[in-house]
Amino acid sequence: MLLEELIGIAEKQREVRKQICVRCCMSAGCMSSQSAEVKTALEKAVAERQMGDLIEVRRVGCMGLCGPGPLVSVEPNSLLYEHVTPENAGSIIDALTSAGPIKAERCDPQHPFFTRQTLVVRANGGRIDPERIEDYIEAGGYRALHHVLTEMPPPQAIEAIIKSGLRGRGGAGYPTGLKWATVAKSVGKQKFVVCNGDEGDPGAFMDRSVLESDPHSVIEGMAIAGYAVGADQGFIYVRAEYPLAISRLQVAIRQAKQHGLIGSAIFESTFNFNVDIRIGAGAFVCGEETALMASIEGKRGQPRPRPPFPAESGLWGFPTLINNVETFANIAPIINRGPEWYAGFGTEKSKGTKVFALTGKIQNTGLIEVPMGITIREIVEELGGGAPEGAKLKAVQTGGPSGGCIPAEHFDASIDYESLTQLGSIMGSGGMVVMDDQTNMVEVARFYMQFCMEESCGKCVPCRAGTVQMYHLLAKIAARQATMKDLELLEELCDLVKNTSLCGLGQTAPNPVLSTLRYFRNEYLELLQPAG
Amino acid sequence: MKVVKPALPSPDKRWKIVDAKMRRFGYQGHALIETLHAVQQSFGYLDEEALRFVVKALHVPPSRVYGVATFYNFFTLKPQGVHTCVVCLGTACYVKGAERVLAAIEKAAGIKSGETTPDHQLSLLTVRCIGACAIAPAVVYDGNVSGKQTAEQAVEKLKGYLHNAA
Repeated sequence: MLLEELIGIAEKQREVRKQICVRCCMSAGCMSSQSAEVKTALEKAVAERQMGDLIEVRRVGCMGLCGPGPLVSVEPNSLLYEHVTPENAGSIIDALTSAGPIKAERCDPQHPFFTRQTLVVRANGGRIDPERIEDYIEAGGYRALHHVLTEMPPPQAIEAIIKSGLRGRGGAGYPTGLKWATVAKSVGKQKFVVCNGDEGDPGAFMDRSVLESDPHSVIEGMAIAGYAVGADQGFIYVRAEYPLAISRLQVAIRQAKQHGLIGSAIFESTFNFNVDIRIGAGAFVCGEETALMASIEGKRGQPRPRPPFPAESGLWGFPTLINNVETFANIAPIINRGPEWYAGFGTEKSKGTKVFALTGKIQNTGLIEVPMGITIREIVEELGGGAPEGAKLKAVQTGGPSGGCIPAEHFDASIDYESLTQLGSIMGSGGMVVMDDQTNMVEVARFYMQFCMEESCGKCVPCRAGTVQMYHLLAKIAARQATMKDLELLEELCDLVKNTSLCGLGQTAPNPVLSTLRYFRNEYLELLQPAG
Repeated sequence: MKVVKPALPSPDKRWKIVDAKMRRFGYQGHALIETLHAVQQSFGYLDEEALRFVVKALHVPPSRVYGVATFYNFFTLKPQGVHTCVVCLGTACYVKGAERVLAAIEKAAGIKSGETTPDHQLSLLTVRCIGACAIAPAVVYDGNVSGKQTAEQAVEKLKGYLHNAA
């Protein structure tokens, strides 16, 4: 593959494009409400009306607003329809030629849910067909990889990522460029690039959507990373719970290989890079990087102490770069548009944009990508449209079982790594579950502790035994059988498990308890028995 | 090192799928999880014969194969029912009442989560999060995700499976 061929593919795509493009979301959310049947109905309608020369029906990835799916959009008319059914899909085609009344529900594309977003990672979501590499190439795909391979020596590529200020989107927020530099400096016969797609936090589905909607962006990001750090083999570890993401990735890898965009001598350079998929088997702890590597090696997903960090000794003992799906998806845009452009979004210490999964008791549920530094209130009230009728919002949970609940009085806090940590939660991977006044916070803490207890891998004692004890104490409190002594013991255990566990799972397991105790202590106290 | 091709446990064609997976990895130990996926996909569950075969073929200790097979939630050592119903218990589903849906299903089917009806028609499972949080609560019937489920809808849906059994 040469640059000319890449441009040729993009040009050919533009030539064969029809005047009107009807896009039908085929992501897991909309697929569950019959979007495949909707697409068939749309295609049938176009064929019956002999409009095939004018209208193209395209399968696309996630458009973001998953709640009222299936979604269908029409370009260039900027029309958006929600709750489309196979029965009323035909009327969308009729309306385009004024041949009949529109029976599908209109959705306002000018709603703040859409207009307040800044799309970097999700720019192709809802626009391109994720199963056609030509669509990705037409959207400018693999140009960043070409640019890096031909014009940027590896140190310069790393420098660009450092300058962009990009931090790990998996949750911990370690500066991506620094991680790359460490792996590049490490010495080893072999190096690996690993993409962490084990999106285990319940309530989070950003990575699923990226993999389903724009798999090539992740592959391109990994290839650039491989070139920068000196690795020629990549692994994408995806949860078994995401079958559609896995199949779209398989298609994407096959197409990229066929086009010579991964494999040997990419763009006729000396750089080789291969990507393989490894499928998880349902273990939350595998999101932790050392556990994930153990799982790739075919072992139980149990973490090990760090250091040595994977950058020095990772997969099979070789230097390994591990980044999250969303982190890799940010790489090509940063190279294409420059680190300064990317650093222009966000705050002093948290640059760029972040994708969040907005769910729970809120009007608009789905995926949003917003610049860092936006407030929780803006997300919840403007993009999310506020609470459902009659409900009053109480808290937003971020960071899953490792995070915490942020109460309504702190909704004006800015969303960045530091502010969220200060509030006792974490950025996490991007799950944002909105809770209303019907939600019992002690129950929420118990729910998360049960999760951590069952998902604890059992290797270290504080986590294995501590989560069980904390769970029983929480259950006792919830059942109104506990006394003040139990609450004190719970707090003591939180401190112990947080400070003595081996990996992130145990170290953060007390967070949901600590944050609900911090902001909703009364709810605990009300359930306590007087000391007898 | 010459790879010794293991003898398949039976002429059952499904073993060839499993063998092809192991061959792709050169019968190396790190193929264990991928191999167990292939076995479960082909046979529905992992029985002792299959585990022993994997031990021999990949040259890994039985303890490691059994350890991995029981460590991961996705693998099951028991045969599953004709139909499966997987209730998502992720946070968003929890907030939107997934526990009530699960309780209703358990009552209607007469089994607890993780169990299979005595006639092997239905297996009821729970999962941590399937990432369909925007359409919570979600239930997966025979591999197809259904969103915004109520207890009544779920029970109605399962009636077909349970009725066939009767």
